[in-house]
Amino acid sequence: MGHGNWLTSSLIYLAAAVIAVPLARLAGLGSIIGYLVAGIAIGPWGLALVTDARQILGFAEFGVVLMLFLVGLELEPHRLWSLRKPIFGWGSVQLLGSAALLFGVASLAGVAWQLALVAALGLAMSSTAIGLGVLAERNLMATTSGQSVLSVALLQDVAAIPILALVPLLVTAEVRASGGGWMGAAKVVAVIAAIVLGGRLLLRPALRWIARSKTPEIFTAASLLLVVATAALMQAVGLSMALGAFLAGVLLAESEYRRELETDIEPFKGLLLGLFFIAVGMAIDFAVVLERPLVIAAVVLGFLLVKAGVLWAMARLMPLPLPERPVFIILLAQGGEFGFVVFQSAAGAGVIAQPMASLLVAAVAISMLLTPLLLVAADRWWIPLLARGKRSEMAEISESQSAPVIVAGFGRYGQVVSRMLHANGITPTVLDHDAEQIEALRKFGWRVFYGDATRLDLLRTAGAASARVLVLAIDDVEQSLKVAELVREHFPQLAIVARARNVQHYFKLRELGVELVERETLDSSLMSARSVLGLLGWEPHHARTLAMRFRRHTIRQLEEMLPHLKDEARFIAMAKQGRQQLEELFAQERQSVQRSRHQGWSDKPSDET
Amino acid sequence: MADVLVLAAHPHIESSRVNRALRQAASALGAPHVEVRDLYALYPDYVIDIEAEQAALARARLVVWQHPIHWYSMPSLMKLWVDDVLAFGWAYGPGGTAMKGRDLWLVASTGGPEDSYHPDSYNRYFFDAFLPPYEQTATLCGMRFLPPLVLHGAHRVSDADLARHTEGYASRLLSYPHWPELVELDLPQACVVPVEARPEED
Repeated sequence: MGHGNWLTSSLIYLAAAVIAVPLARLAGLGSIIGYLVAGIAIGPWGLALVTDARQILGFAEFGVVLMLFLVGLELEPHRLWSLRKPIFGWGSVQLLGSAALLFGVASLAGVAWQLALVAALGLAMSSTAIGLGVLAERNLMATTSGQSVLSVALLQDVAAIPILALVPLLVTAEVRASGGGWMGAAKVVAVIAAIVLGGRLLLRPALRWIARSKTPEIFTAASLLLVVATAALMQAVGLSMALGAFLAGVLLAESEYRRELETDIEPFKGLLLGLFFIAVGMAIDFAVVLERPLVIAAVVLGFLLVKAGVLWAMARLMPLPLPERPVFIILLAQGGEFGFVVFQSAAGAGVIAQPMASLLVAAVAISMLLTPLLLVAADRWWIPLLARGKRSEMAEISESQSAPVIVAGFGRYGQVVSRMLHANGITPTVLDHDAEQIEALRKFGWRVFYGDATRLDLLRTAGAASARVLVLAIDDVEQSLKVAELVREHFPQLAIVARARNVQHYFKLRELGVELVERETLDSSLMSARSVLGLLGWEPHHARTLAMRFRRHTIRQLEEMLPHLKDEARFIAMAKQGRQQLEELFAQERQSVQRSRHQGWSDKPSDET
Repeated sequence: MADVLVLAAHPHIESSRVNRALRQAASALGAPHVEVRDLYALYPDYVIDIEAEQAALARARLVVWQHPIHWYSMPSLMKLWVDDVLAFGWAYGPGGTAMKGRDLWLVASTGGPEDSYHPDSYNRYFFDAFLPPYEQTATLCGMRFLPPLVLHGAHRVSDADLARHTEGYASRLLSYPHWPELVELDLPQACVVPVEARPEED
């Protein structure tokens, strides 16, 4: 009964996840380990509720595809471009360096060269799913180490293609010229070109058309379709599905539908990724492990140490901030799901024996299982050690604060706000996450706490639950929005006074319900415009009045545009119309002033003429 | 249905007693036909939204200016409001008939006691001597200037007196236009500037 089967397996997966994940989080282990344990529990070596782990793995891999799409959405093309050096430079160093060392170690241990090569390439890969999953869970994507992990993961995705192509060739060690070589390459180029061009030219109008139908579920369907289609296209020419989805994401990163796509895809990604981790848990072949526990332990320990050594050297050379290094090393030292594929295909092609493949798969799976545990251990012992060694006074905000005002972000903007508050007898609680900045400010006697305002626990410690106003003066737009969202959700009593970097930021803050938003350059620009009018002969007070009226008009116009954000055409038309209105208004006023002067009536009934 | 527009103006409402009580009383009426606009709250930067103010005036039959007397006159933002909103060609001058036939009521408070407004005392004039600019402003706009409601000695006024004053004010806002004294009050005299006194038009 196919139908019954589907129901039962959904029941098992969902129940396992729902029970295991909250337990794991409660124990402070993170959700990923919860999924993995749930997988082991229901898998063939646990309760044996599910036996076809591989099939589920294939399906759940789509979670990784969706995740890379989302990662791509966060990365505008120019930011990706600026990552080219870390991706190709550091990414290659990691992959080739690890593979070469692993190959060397294996060869020295007397392993046949084919097996050594396959194992080295497969084990050099890291788990994108766990790596990026952990970064997202800990909100580390924007840090240097987060970007480095992403860069290396991207290169591995690119490199997977030649590696997979290479593996079957090892059978005979003679290079068979594949007939379709040129054709294949041409197809690959054509597909990537199609995705890039299509993404640039067709996707946005298509999405706009779909959005206009005002059927939310169709937009969700379209979002999924987009990812599935890109993935299918990439797979058809033998490229990585995840890479294709990532590319599509990057192309849409600048579009107005980015947020919507994100919110639509997010739950699917979460669930499928969870399923993927469950499948990894199920795939651990404990028979192999129990049969040769020492060999497995040696392999796991060996490859983790070799990779960690390479990563440690990289972290030193880059250089990464000291406290960020453990996460970078642990996340990339583990084996990855791509290793599974490499080993399976190598076994299929007869390059390595099936038991050997199972052993390597088990080793990779165990390293993935170990990763979250290692992270917990690093959190507890390693990172505090590094942080203490470096700067002891830069401990995060830890004592509860009770000032009525919290200032998040103590750059140029936050400083002026705080100074004015201070001058009026209010000492705000100030949070910033730039250690150097804080050190400099403390020399001037400011009480600034080290803390990332995008973290709920730190906001709470800063007194967000009892304060009355949060001044949101963070430089980074993404982080600023994140804090606004957090505060709206968890501290509804806390009024937000926000700084907007630009109009887009302004709109996003307003959409989140933040009412007091100032565009950071508006007032100073208007003051300059006023000075220009003054130099051109306008009377000072007249120039001031014009500047103030311009200000009111431009703010009002933005507010009127707010409901039409989604409709680009209308939006642009309104912007143009608003500008015209203002020009007409000022022209009319000039005329009426002239007319009344001409008629001899001054503006006011008075004796002066 | 008489529509009442209260324009409250006090630059330091935080330390005001009388005007805050009056403003609150007006707001607390909750009467849909009484609109209260607190000028210093609306325009802390002294940039008056002329269109919005004129639109509010267009809805009103009775316009109330509720403010303390500062230097024998109105607070500066109230004066700016008069300068900006009662515009040439709108409230007065050619085609300026927007306020014609409406009523203007001054509700003021003074710091000095009533007997200080006397030729023998330090304010040297009866209080009425300071009213002609108000009255003429109303008249030029074709408005009827109603007898002002003035509370003298605002700093020293007892709570009971203030409560009585506030109550009287509120009931007046509600009962307008059925005030006994309005029956005797003439419609405003037409205030036409003789043609020859006017600069020539073309």
